Amino acid sequence: MNWDAWLPVLVVASSLLPGLVIFFLSEGSHRLRTALNLAGAILKLVLVGILIWGVFHEHVYESRWTLAPGLELVLHADTLSVLFVTLSTVLWLVTTVYAIGYLEKAPHRSRFFGFFSLCVSATVGLALAGNLFTFVIFFELLTLVTYPLVAHRGTPEAVRGARIYLAYTLGGGMLLLIGTVWLHVLAGPTAFVEGGILSSLPAAYHPQLKIIFLLLIMGLGVKAALVPLHGWLPQAMVAPAPVSALLHAVAVVKAGAFGIVRVVYDVYGVNFTDQLGLLTGLGIAAAITIVYGSVMALFQDNLKKRLAYSTVSQVSYIALGTAILGPIGTIGGIVHLVHQGIMKITLFFTAGNYAETLGIHKISEMNGVGRRMPATTLAFSIAALGMIGVPPVAGFVSKWYLGLGALEAGMAAWVMPVLITSSVLNAAYFLPVLYRAWFREPGPAWPAEHIPAARFETSAALLWPPVITATLALAAGLFAAAPYSPLEWATLIAHREYGL
Amino acid sequence: MTDAMIGLIALPLAGALATLLLPRSATAVAIGTGLATTVAAGLLLSGVATQGALHYEIGGWSAGLGIALRADGLSALLLMMTALVALAASVYASAYFNTASERARFWPLWLLLWTALNALLLSGDLFNLYVTLELLGLSAVALASLSGRRAAVAAALRYLLVGLLGSMMFLAGVSLLYAGYGTLDLAALSHMVAPGPSAWTALALMTTGLLLKTALFPLHFWLPPAHASAPAPVSAVLSALVVKAAFYLVLRLWLDVFATVVTPAAANLLGLLGAGAVLWGSWHALQAERLKLLAAYSTVAQLGYLFLFFPLLLALPSGPARDLAAGGLVMLALTHGFAKAGLFLAIGVIQQRCGHDTIRQLDGTAQRLPATTFAIALAGVALIGLPPSGAFLGKWQLLAGAVETGQWLWLVVTAVGSLLAAAYIFKVLGHAFGHRPYPNQPVTVAREEWPALLLAGMAALVLGLSGAPMWKLLELGI
Repeated sequence: MNWDAWLPVLVVASSLLPGLVIFFLSEGSHRLRTALNLAGAILKLVLVGILIWGVFHEHVYESRWTLAPGLELVLHADTLSVLFVTLSTVLWLVTTVYAIGYLEKAPHRSRFFGFFSLCVSATVGLALAGNLFTFVIFFELLTLVTYPLVAHRGTPEAVRGARIYLAYTLGGGMLLLIGTVWLHVLAGPTAFVEGGILSSLPAAYHPQLKIIFLLLIMGLGVKAALVPLHGWLPQAMVAPAPVSALLHAVAVVKAGAFGIVRVVYDVYGVNFTDQLGLLTGLGIAAAITIVYGSVMALFQDNLKKRLAYSTVSQVSYIALGTAILGPIGTIGGIVHLVHQGIMKITLFFTAGNYAETLGIHKISEMNGVGRRMPATTLAFSIAALGMIGVPPVAGFVSKWYLGLGALEAGMAAWVMPVLITSSVLNAAYFLPVLYRAWFREPGPAWPAEHIPAARFETSAALLWPPVITATLALAAGLFAAAPYSPLEWATLIAHREYGL
Repeated sequence: MTDAMIGLIALPLAGALATLLLPRSATAVAIGTGLATTVAAGLLLSGVATQGALHYEIGGWSAGLGIALRADGLSALLLMMTALVALAASVYASAYFNTASERARFWPLWLLLWTALNALLLSGDLFNLYVTLELLGLSAVALASLSGRRAAVAAALRYLLVGLLGSMMFLAGVSLLYAGYGTLDLAALSHMVAPGPSAWTALALMTTGLLLKTALFPLHFWLPPAHASAPAPVSAVLSALVVKAAFYLVLRLWLDVFATVVTPAAANLLGLLGAGAVLWGSWHALQAERLKLLAAYSTVAQLGYLFLFFPLLLALPSGPARDLAAGGLVMLALTHGFAKAGLFLAIGVIQQRCGHDTIRQLDGTAQRLPATTFAIALAGVALIGLPPSGAFLGKWQLLAGAVETGQWLWLVVTAVGSLLAAAYIFKVLGHAFGHRPYPNQPVTVAREEWPALLLAGMAALVLGLSGAPMWKLLELGI
């Protein structure tokens, strides 16, 4: 094997191997664990940098390993996988720093960071999967390695949340597996190819292909939290904040959304999906989820729960963009994969900061918190405004392209109302929080002040990650037209997809 | 390579005698024997891989009079699994039994069981198969009753009676065949048997006897108490290997010797029983309150999956698709062997360290016995059939075969069974991850914990990730 074949393997291994080593470290070896974590994360970032450059210059990175006759594990880097890999890698680095600060002195850190690294390895493997078979393998692995993270605290609620999470995701995984096997029997190995591979199958297969599509989307929809398959997500809130951040922004929810994008664009092909009459159904499911999630978010007083329902809503923008035929809608959906990730991880980091620093878990406790924790609250505000779609934060770019794409595809009649309703609802559940945080008088005391104000408003490892990701969210919007920005990369993907 | 074949039988037999004669150094002798036998199995496997199926007549007497040994891809793989599982269980057993008298009773029977397994997998004629089957059954019963506790003895007695009944039916079938064709050599018979009442009766008798021994639903009633009350290393081998031996014979008879006689309807019946086993076994595993009982019911369910392959293999035309399915069957059987043995050994560790195996009281096990909990998780991944275990590849072929032949029922059964398996495995893990502010430090005991961990790792990682050559090896078999 040469360098081009090793690179995808190394990208996965750069978090897998440190993760495996970390399991065997004793609780006390704090420094070695931190060093391993950060070394893996930085090495991965460097490797991904090379990958970005190479894929942009149409270099082929691919490794294969036969598991059984006709079943190959393929890691392959294309424009879409690079987008997701980059997102995961950058956010993993930031989240690792945050988790080190967050879990200071908590028990079972070796177990936590071990599974944390495995979780990222599974996500990156899933991003680099070159065929549906490989995707399914990493998809199931992701389910497995996130279970101990959700159950980490070991309290009855944590174990219960983890069990519900598992019941949903394993059920979904089984549907995905059946659909994949069925497709494999009909069409042979289903490699991910831009433009899809199934349109050449005889018309007699079309009814079966429709059922398979339904199985695949239902299986992926569980992780992507499409209504009515979203029930696990609010329950998984019991996980520690860094886990929630990773779950909502990068790993689990995103894996589902990414899978939907893969199936529509690179297995069925977006034109063929439309021809089978499946795009509208997907779009309607996404639209219902967007509105439902936003409405539910309105009624949550628990901050993390409100954010969770907001995720349900926001992730379906990706599915909505996929369902809009035409390159502009595609760009809107794919770029939101990144934008939602950066913004949502900021929101969860800041929610974790409020809880860790002042013991604030509920929105009703947030009065005047902006004065006590200005930097955290500023980061929260930027991300929240981005979620609403206020320019120049990243979220605006996504919504702009989605709306434009819908106009172009002649779907504006129902997409526009959905976008507007959702934005109004977003504003309705975020703006009151901002108002409370900045303009209300604080109460006599915080619920439980764990970290006193010193040089910074909270410990540095907790403060910097949300500040960095909020800056990224702002930059992704401000410099959307710059080369290598998420928007530019999404445009490249759409162009290669539609053969422009 | 014939040396390896003889060694596989002679070495454990000699070891059994030696441990009987030298009870003081029995453990050392037994581990040494185990290592040598494992090397022999490795040599045989590589020999079959390079030279194809092997055949040897002991003393130069031709089949019919003498004893013929044969090994093809299937038997070589099963011999290798037997060796690795038995070796790991031996290492664990050396730490498990505390008193010298226990060890003195255990090792001779243990090595005798290993001899019987190897001889069965190497036999090429029906009479020797009958003899080895009896030997296997008797040594297994003796081992299962080793603890001497009332429940164990009662379960072992039932095990003995069922085993004898099974053997008698098998023998009746064998005599019918001998009366009809005048030979007991498997290779010769496979050319001679033709569909007809006598062949059908013989096959029905032999199959029923073997199904009793392999505990296919609804003939499984004896298995859970017997496997759950045996000492942990014995349970491991009973569940992983002994029931597989009877299954191996069913496979040989149906796909090899009687290939021209079996009908799709009969195969469908086996499939239905298998489906019953999957659902019934998984459901009871989920209800079980003790870990060992859970594992034993899980064995009932896992054997069911193997029988789901029969209707598929009969419906698929011979060709690459059928070879893939047959390989999937063997992969599933191998993975289950390693995973279940690992699971039983891990349960043994928990039972000895915590003093019980009640699932509801396992809270904090992940803190106290991290390596063993990890072994249970790995074994669980393989039992559920999640990637990257070998069972995932096996179930993939099962699902693919069901889609290909349009037999959707098996697909639904597999899906439901896998989800039930996930439910019972994660019931255990959920308790194990439960937090209990233990003052105890985590315990790690290498000799007790490594065997389980290695076996479970074999099932969950090695077989799945590097099992591709197995399909090639099997083309030399079935």
